[in-house]
Amino acid sequence: MSNLSCQEFVELVTDYFEGTLDADTVERFDEHRALCPGCETYLQQMQETVSRLGEIPVESLSEEMQSTLLSAFRDLRR
Amino acid sequence: MVTQHTEDAIVAGVRSGDEAVFAQLLNDWSRSMLLLARTFVSTEASAEEVVQDTWLAVIRGIDRFEGRSSLRTWVYRILVNTAKRRGLRESRTVPWSNLTDEERGPTVDPALFRDADDQHPGGWRSFPREWHSAEASVLDSEVRTTVREAIDLLPDRQRIVITLRDVMGHSSDEVCQMLELSGPNQRVLLHRARAAVRACLSSYLEVD
Repeated sequence: MSNLSCQEFVELVTDYFEGTLDADTVERFDEHRALCPGCETYLQQMQETVSRLGEIPVESLSEEMQSTLLSAFRDLRR
Repeated sequence: MVTQHTEDAIVAGVRSGDEAVFAQLLNDWSRSMLLLARTFVSTEASAEEVVQDTWLAVIRGIDRFEGRSSLRTWVYRILVNTAKRRGLRESRTVPWSNLTDEERGPTVDPALFRDADDQHPGGWRSFPREWHSAEASVLDSEVRTTVREAIDLLPDRQRIVITLRDVMGHSSDEVCQMLELSGPNQRVLLHRARAAVRACLSSYLEVD
């Protein structure tokens, strides 16, 4: 079982979050993480990036189209 | 978010003409529908029309919805069919099946790592710098602006995938179904996009 380099580690972060790595790779990933403060920082920052992305407000349809669709709904479903 | 146990109530609400229920659906789903439509057609205006036509088809067709798939899957399937017909007319196709070599390449600048002949090949030359913690003086609104700008700079496919997954919270399976994308290809695009947003955040959040 070979060790992961930092350069390999950073490319596996999303697969790690998604739970798609095989058990052997997860073990190598966790071992590397425990020994390498730089990669632990990178992992934490990717995690924070994902949660920051989840805080962005999402725009919806224009008000004009909303009201068009709502009046279509009233007409068709009455 | 619509959960399974509320879905029957939503379908019943739409069927019986409950405007509040329909307004909530419009509000919750239209943004990701716009994004998805935009991948098949050539302008924002076309995408808006596709979403409008989809909602009209939903209003007219809800009585035929049999609950064999989730309501959302049913609605998004109508959207994709509508958008594809329109995309054909506009001869616009976004290729989702094949990733370029560039998209498969490294997501972190290789110059940050030690060379192959180094004692520790592929190790950090210097560790990534720590970020300011959430409690520090950095304003959340400024961070959100930085994240938004970073997303806008991404190539189409990465922008669409990261928005559907991380901003809107769709699951991996949902996004693969919506975009007819394989799981591995979706993860490649998502990972590239996240790494790019992280790099932008880094220049903003790094401790001096």
